[in-house]
Amino acid sequence: MDWRGWAEIAFTIGLSLAIAWPLGLYLAQVWTGGRTWLDPVLKPVERVSYFAFGIDPKKGQSWFGYTVAMLAFSAASFVVLYLILRFQDLLPLNPQKFAGMSPDLAFNTAVSFVTNTNWQSYTPEQAASTFSQMAGLTSHNFLSAAAGIAMAAAVARAFAANRATDLGNFWADLTRISLYVLLPISIVGALVLVWLGVPQTLLGHVDATGLEGAKQAIPLYPTASQEIIKQLGTNGGGIFNANSAHPFENPNAITNLIEMIAMNALSLACVFAFGKVAFAGKDARALIAVMTILVAAAASTVYAAETQTPPAQHAAHVATGVNMEGKEVRFGAASTATWVAFTTGASDGGVNATHDSLMPLGGGMAMFMIQLGEILPGGVGSGLYGMVVMALLAVFVAGLMVGRTPEYLGKKVEAREIRFAMLAVLILPLAILGFSAVAVVLPDALKALANPGPHGLSEVLYAYSSAAGNNGSAFAGLSANVPYWNSTLGIAMLLGRFAYVVPVLAIAGSLAAKPKLEPSAGTLPTHGPLFVGLLIGVILILGGLQYFPALALGPIVEHFQVLHAVGGR
Amino acid sequence: MSMLSQIRPAIVSTLWFTALLGVLYPLGVTAVAENTMPNRAAGSMIKGPAGQVVGSALIAQSFARPEYFHSRPSAAGKGYDATSSGGSNLGPLHPDLAKREAGDADAIRKSDGATVVPADAVTTSGSGLDPDISPANARMQANRVALARGVDPAVVRTLVDRATEQAFLGFIGQPRVNVLKLNMALDAEFPVRHAQTP
Repeated sequence: MDWRGWAEIAFTIGLSLAIAWPLGLYLAQVWTGGRTWLDPVLKPVERVSYFAFGIDPKKGQSWFGYTVAMLAFSAASFVVLYLILRFQDLLPLNPQKFAGMSPDLAFNTAVSFVTNTNWQSYTPEQAASTFSQMAGLTSHNFLSAAAGIAMAAAVARAFAANRATDLGNFWADLTRISLYVLLPISIVGALVLVWLGVPQTLLGHVDATGLEGAKQAIPLYPTASQEIIKQLGTNGGGIFNANSAHPFENPNAITNLIEMIAMNALSLACVFAFGKVAFAGKDARALIAVMTILVAAAASTVYAAETQTPPAQHAAHVATGVNMEGKEVRFGAASTATWVAFTTGASDGGVNATHDSLMPLGGGMAMFMIQLGEILPGGVGSGLYGMVVMALLAVFVAGLMVGRTPEYLGKKVEAREIRFAMLAVLILPLAILGFSAVAVVLPDALKALANPGPHGLSEVLYAYSSAAGNNGSAFAGLSANVPYWNSTLGIAMLLGRFAYVVPVLAIAGSLAAKPKLEPSAGTLPTHGPLFVGLLIGVILILGGLQYFPALALGPIVEHFQVLHAVGGR
Repeated sequence: MSMLSQIRPAIVSTLWFTALLGVLYPLGVTAVAENTMPNRAAGSMIKGPAGQVVGSALIAQSFARPEYFHSRPSAAGKGYDATSSGGSNLGPLHPDLAKREAGDADAIRKSDGATVVPADAVTTSGSGLDPDISPANARMQANRVALARGVDPAVVRTLVDRATEQAFLGFIGQPRVNVLKLNMALDAEFPVRHAQTP
């Protein structure tokens, strides 16, 4: 550890906040249908879209209508993507001559990209054609992100409403967010990435003959255009198997910084936009504070863990300052640690190092960040509504302590909302711990493990945490491309996205219908340091109670094994 | 609002956005990138003196001869396989990891006469295609390379220093040396006559 590492962590977090704030104000304009400086170019495209869809963008939807629209869109996305992947051999732009994906792999991959998880059971450079990467995966990087941000907009409107049923129009939200936010940033970002060295070509591959005469086939894709939206939309699915550790996806420290900012900025911007639209700027900043404090703590923990003495390097008598297995030289410990905290806190799931080879506390921290519910700052949109659910639970807990009906942002929080909130937060442990428990007693499932002992349990826990949390990163030693894992992980992803968001939208509907109250003397302020502390406590206690027993058998016991192994030095 | 009324927008929007965001957007970016930054858009390939592609500046390749600087060990496929990027995925306590690192470290101590072996010389990267080594690793290999080429080690170390790229702003990322570019510079300045014959 040295000052450069700490400076890098602080700088990256500070810069993402500095960019997220103006971005959030712009996002609020887009949510409310206000004017933007891109109107002259994009307004006609927007109008043509509505005409083609046959919808009236001004016609609002109830929470139920909004939910149905979102589910219908996700279902259509799933079917189209499944067909593209399954039959890529019959479609154009397949210079690699890849076969269609198997049914279980196409199911897993389509679910993965539609739920904004982007878990990948396959090695892309051996299984996905240029057309599948572009028309299949790049477009769903946009759309699953836009759907997430749309639901955050609906939740924001619910808090702004006063005895109303209208949460906005899903199709208008989806269209405006894609056109006015995701597309322009991606165009600029993709070109900047190419300038910094990320390839963007339809060539397919180049054959090289190395200096020592060895032949090397180097695969090429339109990489930059997918890389930027992969981070911006907290998707995380790699164009290459090594994901953002691959030098084509992430060639240097500057692209690494840009990609980290991209994966956090829009999730944070959703919170700022929420504050603006729900007339709760101060309260939104408290949520930002909670996210920032916990992400900074996670990045610091991983940095400390990765600069511990690694047992294998210790035994081989090589330098032990940094655990370099699975890391790239251009990044080292601090860039990797910051990325690990960002990608697991933000539900991105792209990796710039192999998480399987992280130190026990580094990998354990990554897993715990996912298990805390993907709210730090979480996926685009989904992080905001996940954090709002936690805030509702926090005011509820505080209300129990003082014996008053809790309020949040001028809305009374009553039994119905808390029931739905509990339903939502219990889905994740049910999927993560339930599926893990089944997998560890099935000998066939355990054949997929790459590591023995507690680390093997960590591979299983990480996989289902990542799937249910819609993260997508992995302890990638696990060979998950078999029907059992593809199917169960696919189901975990569906539960984590849809079984979570339907109760959330129901809460939004119920809150929108209530009167918006002025704060009274008895109202718990939800913007000061007291509330920030309370909310952090609720998040950590909830996560700790649910996952600590399982983590104790995985990364925590492994940590003590590591201490024992290097005890001599 | 009936459920059926949502079917048309669901299907049409999926197809419309697939065309716009999945076809037009990547093709448009490709057209601009290929016309303004052709080399970078095509993967930063490096050509040899005869005009043949010797590799990408961004992708590690295998170097085994003593007169070249060696890349980090690779877990991509059977080693440096660009069609199979990835790390070893060995956990910190996996017995194979300690065995592999100890074996590699012993071999390096023999070939390079090194006293302290830097960690990146015996660990596989996340991509298996890490094009860089640490400056410490390059300096460690300088003696072997100089001996094999019959030149003064101090001159090779100067070449290493010149090839070292510093961290961005001094604290973002790590200092590094690109192995392929360094070896190309080495061949240009101190050619080995038998370099092209195995």
